[in-house]
Amino acid sequence: MKKINSPAELEKLRESILESMDKDKPCISICTGTGCSASGALEVASAFEALIKERGIEANIDTKLTGCHGFCEQGPLIVLKPRNILYCRVQPEDVGEIVDKTLLKEEILERLLYVNPVTGERIALEEEVPFYNKQLRLTFGNNGQLEPTKIEDYLALGGYASLRKALEEMTPQEVLEEVKASGLRGRGGAGFPTGRKWESCFNAPGYPKYLICNADEGDPGCFQDRSILEGNPHSVIEGMIIGAYVVNSPEGYVYVRREYPLAIKNLSIAIDQAKEYGLLGENILGSNFSFDIKINRGGGAFVCGESSASIASIEGKVGEPRDKHTHATEKGLWNKPTILNNVKTWANIPLIIEKGARWFSSIGTENSKGTMIFSLTGKVNNTGLVEVPMGITLKELVYDLGGGVPDGKKLKAVQTGGPSGGCIPERLLDLPVDYEKLTEAGSMMGSGGMIVMDEDTCMVDVAKYFLLFTQDESCGCCFSCREGITRMLEIMEDVSRGESSLEQLDLLGELAQVVKDSTMCGLGQSCPNPVLSTIRYFEDEYRAHIMDKECPAGVCRDLITFTINEELCNGCGVCLKKCPAEAIQGEKKEPHAIIQEKCTSCGICLEVCKYDAVNKK
Amino acid sequence: MIKFTLNGTEVSVEKGTTLLEAANFYGIEIPTLCYDEGLTPYGACRLCLVEIGEPGRSRLVSSCTYRVREGMIVRTHSERVVKSRKMLIELYLATCPSSKVIQDLASNYHVTSVRFRPKNEDCILCGLCVRMCDEQMQAKAISFINRGGRRLVSTPFERKSEDCRLCGACMYICPTCQARCQGPQEESTICNACLNLSPPCLEHFDDVMCYMDPCVACELDTKRKPKE
Ligand SMILES: Cc1cc2nc3c(=O)[nH]c(=O)nc-3n(C[C@H](O)[C@H](O)[C@H](O)COP(=O)(O)O)c2cc1C
Ligand code: FES
Repeated sequence: MKKINSPAELEKLRESILESMDKDKPCISICTGTGCSASGALEVASAFEALIKERGIEANIDTKLTGCHGFCEQGPLIVLKPRNILYCRVQPEDVGEIVDKTLLKEEILERLLYVNPVTGERIALEEEVPFYNKQLRLTFGNNGQLEPTKIEDYLALGGYASLRKALEEMTPQEVLEEVKASGLRGRGGAGFPTGRKWESCFNAPGYPKYLICNADEGDPGCFQDRSILEGNPHSVIEGMIIGAYVVNSPEGYVYVRREYPLAIKNLSIAIDQAKEYGLLGENILGSNFSFDIKINRGGGAFVCGESSASIASIEGKVGEPRDKHTHATEKGLWNKPTILNNVKTWANIPLIIEKGARWFSSIGTENSKGTMIFSLTGKVNNTGLVEVPMGITLKELVYDLGGGVPDGKKLKAVQTGGPSGGCIPERLLDLPVDYEKLTEAGSMMGSGGMIVMDEDTCMVDVAKYFLLFTQDESCGCCFSCREGITRMLEIMEDVSRGESSLEQLDLLGELAQVVKDSTMCGLGQSCPNPVLSTIRYFEDEYRAHIMDKECPAGVCRDLITFTINEELCNGCGVCLKKCPAEAIQGEKKEPHAIIQEKCTSCGICLEVCKYDAVNKK
Repeated sequence: MIKFTLNGTEVSVEKGTTLLEAANFYGIEIPTLCYDEGLTPYGACRLCLVEIGEPGRSRLVSSCTYRVREGMIVRTHSERVVKSRKMLIELYLATCPSSKVIQDLASNYHVTSVRFRPKNEDCILCGLCVRMCDEQMQAKAISFINRGGRRLVSTPFERKSEDCRLCGACMYICPTCQARCQGPQEESTICNACLNLSPPCLEHFDDVMCYMDPCVACELDTKRKPKE
């Protein structure tokens, strides 16, 4: 690898890479992101490799091991180029047939195609799958096109052209103005305007200035940041170099949790390759601007994603939020001016520089520009990562991309914003998703979590679940957060046992508001959201628990009883054997009965009974 | 000097002053549990909350850690502040009813009922002892361990520590174990008995430990000095 010494040399290198590539050559692109790897993508990849070698057709067929495509649920995924045929749940046994039939004879294997859960139709081409074709994959799209460990792939797709443009054609001030004009807001949760953050650091006195990329990603169920770092690390690196150019920073850190080994690996490789090419390190592209990136591995506490806590953690201190009455842009890492942005925020920067602020700000709503990557999960047919323009409605997300709720169940609510977001009821499904609208509805954008809930979900139970998470993850420093969450949980537990009162419900609401108002960091300020939003939209459900001692969704164990219908029970004995509490009795071939004192309402008997003889009430 | 508005009055203080120091300087009392003049502000008890900013766009911050800025508007006893403070005192009282300091706070703020289940904890994790041990005694023998609901003050590995010189400074500064209240009986977390007492030192000042703060007797009779 030869060091690139000028912008012109970069373009020359790009041309030579493009020339050496044959666009029409068949290519098997295998997703080896963490999701697909867990379902066996690495075995599939080695099966392909072995077979291609055995047949001696290496010259005719390329393979590419890409990062996550976002549709992990259907994994291992492969895409056959140039036609873009998508095969789902591919196993090593399928490999021979794929090569023989699809690659050599252009025959499509029906059984490996994606089945639309709504219509039942099989879809062959990736771009025709609704999960994909309703998306606008600006930052995430290249994940399927490139091999993350090959910088040449990134260069072939136009990578580092934005860096070249910034260094060669723009002053730092001009880059800053472009980012400001784009209207980009932080994708890590708070949605702070990125340009304004940069400007504040730009104007702050002090040297050196630092950059931080926040890849702590603590929200359960979210893996957007991980997928970008694994699948397209250079986009983040390029964004950071451009940011460093603006504030003249010599050093940046990527704060990433240790639980993301593949992200760390691919990022390290990418950093090394960028350095070898002279895109990172001393005298970038032959200029006199130098910038280096270091990786800092965090322990993975949720609260360490909070900006002041992640800074403390990088400094080697306990990862606890500080009372940050001065901004990190003035006094951040080691008390120096610091820009801290989320992975997705950084990955948007090259796009803005390449295509311009005007283009970027034409996407989205008035105050929320560009796209957002959501992690769509829960009771929805298609789950995975979806990148959509800001302002898309919840309805489109759940029904068009998500394919609706499985098993013909009714949708009840959508929870957004991670563990400290809120639940938005079905009747507000036309809500356009942007920062302000979600906050008005009592939820938040957060880092893009989105959990779909159906009629079988108990909202009291949901709020309780999220409180348990934040109770565990709070640093415990602020009294109002530590004790406030504990006391909210105490009341919630009473409610779910049917042992509460309407006065306690009022107290819960009052306490939640005080915790929101009086806590130091974002964790405490947002953790009451699940409680407040469920009280706001589902108060009747709380009342049913309190007044009628009933859990309408049949979830809260203390309020449901299981009984066996003697007429339907034929005494097969399966439930008796499976009951972990030994709460079922009865002779063989005689109707069984549940001993209520012993029953823990786990529901296993209901699940295992083949004769629908178990009732839940 | 930095000018700002404190409870509607234009005032000025030196640069670097915290809101709590400024308020105290101007004679406005703000309750605290984790603050001590000799230690670094910590901002954890949240009692010293004040409201800053224009009405409608204001927010609550801890005054012990917030430094005064030019032109800012500060309200130390607004409705929003008092509402939060009272709720926090109620929580403190439910958690640690045996603290005289907390009982007094409750009396001052007219917290007359506790709607949470009483717990009888000794420690409110205000961190005064940890900072005392570190910053004043230079021993660093104790610190916080664990997080969230499991957080505690302890020695390294929860073993007897040689760094601890048994100086007792931690106990001296502790708001919950230093001044134990004989007060509330089991069924009620609120004592409030002090409110009904006539000030003890009016008759026999010399014999009685004075807990009153501020002390009515001393305020009435300036010749008397409170017992050290
Ligand atoms: C409890 C808590 C956890 C957070 N976790 C993350 C995280 O995992 N990743 C992240 O980028 N931001 C996280 N944030 C938000 C950061 O504090 C910060 O606002 C953000 O990283 C700034 O980058 P942005 O402007 O690009 O969004 C968290 C905030 C809180 C309060
Ligand atoms: S004195 Fe300010 S938070 Fe405790």
